[in-house]
Amino acid sequence: MDNRQKEINNLKDYKYGFSTDIENIQAPKGLNEDVIKFISNIKKEPSWMLDFRLKAFERFKVLKEPDWQKPKFPKIDYQDLYYYSAPKSMKDKPKSLDELDPKLLETYKKLGIPLQEQARLNGIAVDAVFDSVSVATTFKDELTKQGIIFCPISEAIQNHPELVKKYLGSVIPTSDHFFATLNSAVFTDGSFVYIPEGVRCPMELSTYFRINASNTGQFERTLIIADKGSYVSYLEGCTAPMRDENQLHAANVELIALDDAEIKYSTVQNWYPGDKDGKGGIYNFVTKRGLCKGKNSKISWTQVETGSAITWKYPSCILKGDNSVGEFYSIAITNNHQKADTGTKMIHLGKNTKSKIISKGISAGSSDMTYRGLVDISSKAKNSTNYTQCDSLLMGNKCGAHTVPYIKNKNSESNIAHEATTSKISEEQLHYCQQRGLNPEEAVGLIVNGFCKEVLQQLPMEFAVEAQKLVGISLEGSVG
Amino acid sequence: MKEQLQKDFDSSIKNLSLSQKDIEIKKFCLENFIEKGFPNRKEEDWKFSDLNQIIKNNIGELSFYNNQASTNKVDTSVFVDGLEHNKIVFINGRIEKIDFEYEKKDQIEIIDQSETINQFKNSNSLSDLNNAFTNKCFKILVKKGYQLAKPLIIYHTTNSKIWSKNINLRLNFELDKDSSLRLIDLFNDTSEKNFLNIFYNFELKENAVLKNYKVDKFENKNVKYSFNNIDQDKNSISETFILSSGSNFSKNEINCNLNGVYASAFVNGIFSLNNDKHHEIRSIINHLTENTKSYQLIKSVLDQSSKAVYQGKIFVNSDAQKTDGYQLSKAILLNKESEFNAKPELEIYADDVKCSHGSASGSLNEDSIFYLMSRGLSYQQSRELLINGFLLDVVEKITDSEIKNLIKNMIGIKE
Repeated sequence: MDNRQKEINNLKDYKYGFSTDIENIQAPKGLNEDVIKFISNIKKEPSWMLDFRLKAFERFKVLKEPDWQKPKFPKIDYQDLYYYSAPKSMKDKPKSLDELDPKLLETYKKLGIPLQEQARLNGIAVDAVFDSVSVATTFKDELTKQGIIFCPISEAIQNHPELVKKYLGSVIPTSDHFFATLNSAVFTDGSFVYIPEGVRCPMELSTYFRINASNTGQFERTLIIADKGSYVSYLEGCTAPMRDENQLHAANVELIALDDAEIKYSTVQNWYPGDKDGKGGIYNFVTKRGLCKGKNSKISWTQVETGSAITWKYPSCILKGDNSVGEFYSIAITNNHQKADTGTKMIHLGKNTKSKIISKGISAGSSDMTYRGLVDISSKAKNSTNYTQCDSLLMGNKCGAHTVPYIKNKNSESNIAHEATTSKISEEQLHYCQQRGLNPEEAVGLIVNGFCKEVLQQLPMEFAVEAQKLVGISLEGSVG
Repeated sequence: MKEQLQKDFDSSIKNLSLSQKDIEIKKFCLENFIEKGFPNRKEEDWKFSDLNQIIKNNIGELSFYNNQASTNKVDTSVFVDGLEHNKIVFINGRIEKIDFEYEKKDQIEIIDQSETINQFKNSNSLSDLNNAFTNKCFKILVKKGYQLAKPLIIYHTTNSKIWSKNINLRLNFELDKDSSLRLIDLFNDTSEKNFLNIFYNFELKENAVLKNYKVDKFENKNVKYSFNNIDQDKNSISETFILSSGSNFSKNEINCNLNGVYASAFVNGIFSLNNDKHHEIRSIINHLTENTKSYQLIKSVLDQSSKAVYQGKIFVNSDAQKTDGYQLSKAILLNKESEFNAKPELEIYADDVKCSHGSASGSLNEDSIFYLMSRGLSYQQSRELLINGFLLDVVEKITDSEIKNLIKNMIGIKE
């Protein structure tokens, strides 16, 4: 019994809680035009990029932090954050993996993604972001052969300015909401993907984000463009080391799908959720938006959210092209004092557009979970359909689960169906599993995995396994 | 508007014999209202219906003072035939008649509460407006164990004597242990462009049964807001049915607190709208203790450029284990211009609960029309038959057969 308890305690402690000592180059603390110029300068950006940032900053100055969300948090002092921090050894970029700082490699090893091995064995091109600068990009050659561009966005700004100029800010404009605008002003790095016409990306593209230096907000910017008739599947996974102070993460992700193109975007988010008493943890305030610009295009979001003290994001689809399809599959798990306010927006503008929302929320401990979603069918979106299903599972009587859907139908030829349920794991199910020799935790794990199955099976294979494990780990200690 | 409010307030206060303290409370409410103004879309609860804008567009300038010195003649032709009933008659906001002719006099008490102002726990500014300007308020108390023999019909009548006026009404009901009341609100407006602001408060004691039917059927150009607060004790039952059809704008709000174990609440509604009407139902069911139950069914048929909104919320407190909550809203959009918005919300803090909601909207099913037409019905007939069946479902939820038939006849729904 003692051993077992110890084991559980070990598991409950955050697996990825460590930080690497690397000297950092940091921008001066605070947010002002000089800091933005500093970031732009250090990245050797052209002047149009600086203008883009400054325009966003002008707008940011007049915006107020929103306060309608369910999870409340202490006021963030935006002048008390560092907006740029890069490992010093990165100044002269390494040409190959072997040249990397051994300490960095060590960190990834603990995370379970040894770059060399993973790159070769898994067949995944990994663009690892360590704090703000991309450390290594692998499998570049193979992708280049097909004409696919997969590189850090700072490189894309240098090498493919025409694409970046055309699409950056076209889905999330500089005049958007508070956190998105902040990101537009100070974003440091992120991924850029361009799939040329008619190309089916031969491998899953993947990025591991990593937050390291304390007091650093992470402001990634991801831009994915799928040209006519192309296909890409993009994976984003996140883990962060243990910190006592809350850290802000406000990324922007823009997806653009042209005629007949398809983008699949999967996320497993496992950032530090704070300790058992709700101290510390990441604030995950991310703006993700996809634009189905062309006819017959498709964007599919899949997310597994198990980390972060507060998760506050709504991956959205704007279905502009006729016959376009938007999908959203989500599992959100909150435990201890975690809070999540997440969901999606499906905005139907084109004819014959379809959207599907499957959301599964599980809350345990003293956590709080909200599904908030919008389905908006405009008067021109003839023959459009939406199907929404959001189910919540509660474990214990100190947690909360909420559903706040907004449904707007302005077109008589379109159909919307929405259903939601909230319940707990039934005693019968538990009894049945235990009778067959499972202990209570295993039984809960099995039932929860079944509950989430619809979403888990949307994930690419490599992720599905990890996600399934995460679901189990996140709920450990929540029963009994 | 501010000066108008102040002026009208002074005139209405003059005619009332209120204590200094009550005047202070009323003044406080008035100031609150002046500060907040009519609710607008910036407030979450009014997101889909911007009352400030609606009043501007439909009415323009409002005046708030009602001279209630002279009596109005009660027009008996509006009374419902074929159903014996008790009556309360409001004409232009003035209470003209309270008549419980079918009941035992000693079992019902009518208390004039005009001089005690009890504030509503509703946070929106309309309750402040109501507090400031209501000048007559009655409480109807049904005594322990008494069940009214006949239903009570409240006639809300307005006539052409008033225009661009704000009318504030308030009634309180208390249903003591084991009592029951059937209440029909019947709106009958021949006036135009007024804003009615109606507040009801119901207090249901153990085992009490309340059935409230609100029927707004006759075409009129008024703007209406009605708020029902229902507090329910152990084993009590409340049933609310809303027919939302006649007015230009109407918003019905039901706030139901299930305070006692085994209390249950039912809210059923029909939107039947045409032209550019804009109606809303917003319900909040608060499950505050164990073993409570709620059921909601809202169906809409929307023609031309009408717009219906349903905002329903089920709140489950952490003590309210074994809650059973259900909510369903369905809408048929008949016209390109019509619009249906819904926000069915669940806020749950207890784990051993069964809560679900569903919402669907779309056009009439072409396959069903085809089926009926292939059996010899015309397109129009098939359409009517389908809509009839769609709405009948809600009417069938009415548990009182006498009133069910009355309402069926009123809105022309066949079985």
